[in-house]
Amino acid sequence: MSKPEFVYVVYIHSTPAKIWDALQNPEMTKEFWGRRRNRSDWKIGSQWRHENYDDATEVAVIGTIVESDPPRRLVLTWTHPNDTAPDAVSRVSFDIEEYKGSARLTVTHTDLSPEMLRAISTGWPAVLSSLKTLLETGASLPMTRQNWKKAG
Amino acid sequence: MNTGNFKPAIIYTIYIASTPERVWEALTSAEFSRKYFFGNAVDVDQRIGGAYVVRQADGALHISGVVIECDPPRKLSFTFNVNWPELIEKLGPTLVTYEIEAAGDAVKLTMTESHDRPLDEDILSGGRQGWPAILSSLKSLLETGEPLVVKMAPPQRMLAALKRMGIKTP
Repeated sequence: MSKPEFVYVVYIHSTPAKIWDALQNPEMTKEFWGRRRNRSDWKIGSQWRHENYDDATEVAVIGTIVESDPPRRLVLTWTHPNDTAPDAVSRVSFDIEEYKGSARLTVTHTDLSPEMLRAISTGWPAVLSSLKTLLETGASLPMTRQNWKKAG
Repeated sequence: MNTGNFKPAIIYTIYIASTPERVWEALTSAEFSRKYFFGNAVDVDQRIGGAYVVRQADGALHISGVVIECDPPRKLSFTFNVNWPELIEKLGPTLVTYEIEAAGDAVKLTMTESHDRPLDEDILSGGRQGWPAILSSLKSLLETGEPLVVKMAPPQRMLAALKRMGIKTP
């Protein structure tokens, strides 16, 4: 039986370039991604860390850059630090397309353990809804500006 | 109608900077739906057994059903059957449930599409394509005053599957 995957599609009145930037820019991610930043040089094979914007020692998720084709496709591996279980590593793909005057963002999270599936099924809709609100209105959803302790 | 044997096939959650009352209104009124739902006019008689009707811009009936649960502004559940011959006979009814919850200063809207039998992914692909576009557009409308007019191509994979089953589509 194949492992579960989670797919989330959202249409945003913005451009692929702005969406790409929002995913990587700390001043943006802190607003919609629970006051976190994504730290990486974004080169294929490099590490990325999803860490507390105010405290780089507090790392929620780590992984490596698998694919990077700006502004169209970014693929990362995704693990909780110190989680060495065999099913601990999942994979996230961001596909960003222009679609008839807007942009379509598809996040595909695969190879999920049941626990991670539960966590991210709640997390992605909130984070991506807030990203859309930030890009369309200039301000994110307030509840996503605060740090939450558990990753996902 | 006994909905106990319906199982969720598609679940879509989106958070909207609005109030539960405004989200409810957007989901149930033609004034809003024409803007975010491809020009279609939604009309809901908000009581159990009431009619749920969607008409196209030219007035033609597109979707019809019956309200199963109605608890404004928290929960609305209704059958949602596209008006194509033999669709219900061959695929069973479609049940759609909207759940609207306060989430901080925002609203968490969850749409669940359920069916009384397993359906092929080709059939479900129409909804998987449509719901994110419709609800993204509703979100933009409520947050910015402008819908995200997503001109959607017809769901070819679903239409081809319906044709294979002998269901006539426009």
